[in-house]
Amino acid sequence: MPITVNDRTHDLPDDPRVSLLDFLRGHLGLTGTKKGCDHGQCGACTVLVNGMRINSCLSLAALHDGDAVTTIEGIGTPEDPSALQQAFVEHDGFQCGYCTPGQICSATAMMDEIANGWPSDASAELTGEIKPTPEEIRERMSGNLCRCGAYSNIVQAILATQEAQS
Amino acid sequence: MTVHFKQDEPDTRNLLDQGSQGVIGTAMSRPEGLAKVTGTAPYSAEYRFDDCLVGVLVTAPFTKGRITGIDKETALAMDGVVAVIDDSRMTARPAQGGAGEAPQQSPRQICYYGQPFALVVATSFEKARHAAKHLPFSYEADDVSDIPLDPETAETEAGDGGMQAGDLAHAMATAEHAVDVSYTTMGHASAAMEPHAAIAQWDGGRLTVHASLQMPNYNISELADALDLTEDKVRIVSRYVGGGFGSKLGLSEETTAAALAAMELGKPVKVVMSRQQVFQSIMRRSESSQRVRLAVDAEGRLTGFGHEARVSNLPGEEFAEPVLQSSAFLYAGENRLLALDVARIHQMTAGSVRAPGEAIGMPVLEAAMDCLAEEAGIDPVELRLRNIPEKDPGKGLPFTTHELADCLKKGAEAFGWDSGPRKPRQNRDGEWWIGTGMASAARVHNVAEAKARVTLNADGTARVQSDMTDIGTGTYAILTQIAAEMLGLDPANVMVELGDTDFPRGPGSGGSWGAVSIGSAVVIACDAIRQSLAKKAGIDADDLKLKDGKLQGSQPRSLSELLDGGNMSEEGHYEPGDISDDYTSSSFGAFFAQVRVNRHTGETRVDRMLGAFGFGRVLNEKTARSQCLGGMVWCIGSALTEALHFDPVDGHLVNCDLAEYHVPVHRDVPDLEVMLVESRDPAASAVQGKGVGELGMCGGAGAIANAVYNACGARLFEFPMTPDKVLADMPD
Ligand code: FES
Ligand code: FES
Repeated sequence: MPITVNDRTHDLPDDPRVSLLDFLRGHLGLTGTKKGCDHGQCGACTVLVNGMRINSCLSLAALHDGDAVTTIEGIGTPEDPSALQQAFVEHDGFQCGYCTPGQICSATAMMDEIANGWPSDASAELTGEIKPTPEEIRERMSGNLCRCGAYSNIVQAILATQEAQS
Repeated sequence: MTVHFKQDEPDTRNLLDQGSQGVIGTAMSRPEGLAKVTGTAPYSAEYRFDDCLVGVLVTAPFTKGRITGIDKETALAMDGVVAVIDDSRMTARPAQGGAGEAPQQSPRQICYYGQPFALVVATSFEKARHAAKHLPFSYEADDVSDIPLDPETAETEAGDGGMQAGDLAHAMATAEHAVDVSYTTMGHASAAMEPHAAIAQWDGGRLTVHASLQMPNYNISELADALDLTEDKVRIVSRYVGGGFGSKLGLSEETTAAALAAMELGKPVKVVMSRQQVFQSIMRRSESSQRVRLAVDAEGRLTGFGHEARVSNLPGEEFAEPVLQSSAFLYAGENRLLALDVARIHQMTAGSVRAPGEAIGMPVLEAAMDCLAEEAGIDPVELRLRNIPEKDPGKGLPFTTHELADCLKKGAEAFGWDSGPRKPRQNRDGEWWIGTGMASAARVHNVAEAKARVTLNADGTARVQSDMTDIGTGTYAILTQIAAEMLGLDPANVMVELGDTDFPRGPGSGGSWGAVSIGSAVVIACDAIRQSLAKKAGIDADDLKLKDGKLQGSQPRSLSELLDGGNMSEEGHYEPGDISDDYTSSSFGAFFAQVRVNRHTGETRVDRMLGAFGFGRVLNEKTARSQCLGGMVWCIGSALTEALHFDPVDGHLVNCDLAEYHVPVHRDVPDLEVMLVESRDPAASAVQGKGVGELGMCGGAGAIANAVYNACGARLFEFPMTPDKVLADMPD
């Protein structure tokens, strides 16, 4: 079966060593997904696979037979950005912009995880409704490094989007 | 036309405040923001060229010696391998910021563990990586016991920045209160999120390189020198740079290697360093050992001030972490001693990492000031206020604007600083000790030569062009605002094009000088256009009011009407002048922090942190604030977690990735507060502003150290203050 990326289907690469990240960036030209470490240590390569966030550098493309992948390009475009993308611009949730697609993909899935009641280390209870507090967001976003240090603004952008949507 | 302005004296024309558009200083969002958040902004490795080959660097697995042979045949027999490049022109270490000439070449001579010496080029990344990993080569390594690796025992040379006045020893002996304290700080990595990357193309006569570099204006000279080409045969493009923090100031190894490969093979070649290669073969901030001596009289006024430091670098490297840079002028004290030593060791190159000098000098000085405040029984804010000198105590020069007192007072008030008696271990919440601390901030202000072209088009839009970069600093935003303000345009009608050496030479992004230097060049170009417009309109330039694309007055006329189908183009050229002989100039600020320290584990969490910063004019409130926020995040990292660990046996960097080198993550950073204490500094630049890019990390780690002591009573003399060290020093 082919792989679906942002609603378009593609054949998987011949070389089994190609990571999902390199497949997206190199083979499909979807360079919005970034490579910061290639070792699952920075989150710059975060994409959604079947709606869940993963580090695409830690996964071989060949393993995604039949999967549906959403990258930053599938989340919004300059002409039609998502609410979260717009909030990042408004709140200056980035500086150099290199970690940014990963932050946004990660936060998009993270908001669903909170809505679905998945607990985290910052949650008071393991069950029941989870409130999207700043601490809850910081904990859940800690896999996405930002060396420019835009963290405070990123949290503000996520909170503003959460509030507007609820 | 080129309009030249050399700043020999304060620029009191204050041109930016004459504009009518009302956009300068505002919190305008970045014009390139949508491109960044949608992943459509192209970084250096992301340009698509037909038949692009991929190169992977091969690095030395030993510390010092030479590569004696490379078995290219075996590599070339591997799947997809096109070439093994081991040209003697490859660069073996990065150029220092502003070098303007090639760094060390002859890559087969190995001077540090992890030095690149060859490039394997193949048809795909996977194939190149495989072949690079299995490339057979032979080498002769020097005996590690003969290689100097320990900065404490290696031979030293005197570095810049030393000075002596009066008799510090006597001042210490006769002081009412004195402290004599020694500290160590560990090395840091820039760890910009985008690894170093380049794609080179050679058309047989000219080289074009898309590379992630902070200073194309210097990098073009460095690359041309390395390749024995004239500069007109080289073009560097760096439109988006995924963070630099000093690591991309100078030409780095992948760019030269990609260029040589493209020239040899006649095809585009892309080389991206792995994260481990970035850590091991780009710049480290030197570790340091520092001694601070402070002597005060009964009123708490400094009579003696001593700051000595030892840092390290490779033999022959000129750069020495300028630890004492702000100590030279920050506080009073007629008996002064400053001294810097550089130990020569064979670890990777030491160079600029965000705020070289102050990043480690200021936290140490500010931690020592806290010891002094306790010793003298004076509130730490008050102690600093009492010791702000009238003039630079070393050089006797007046300061340009001096915002320290303002920042200390405003910051203390906003933070809710308690100026009552301070004792550690007064506040506990369960297993957490809670405490506060503060520190001053200072970062020397620099400007650099800068050129920019501004074109006012016939349709009333404008274009700004320079090879200046935006490394996340906000250059696209502030130049849009400056041109819009000066020419009376909606910012949406200003297009800024950066990072291309085919445009006029900018100052490069580094040393916090970028915004004010290139901003000054744009002001100068726009002013010349304003003069021409006034002439055309037949009015005095002083009476020219431009707003929303129109000449204001009793009968408003649109700019396009005035331009009558033509355009106007001017190149602004800003040059630093003799004014630096007349003034000492620095940006200033104050940090306040509240921390929690776990009494069982020694873990420190920053609960709250506020920074008040004064750097003259604020060009964009949003991006300036972001620069300060970023700096404060670096304060948290350098205070608590960031440390390069080198193997004492062979000097290789052990923690060369982001799992083991701990930069702050989301949960380490509370909602930081930034106050911008604005003024106009006409002696600092033609935009009346000073540098801000690094100020936010110049001292804040000291505020955190002081808060740790106030919380739990652990007085630490080493950075970072990891839990093991805090716990070892915490009273029972
Ligand atoms: S590139 Fe995948 S986590 Fe860093
Ligand atoms: S914006 Fe530069 S790393 Fe996050």
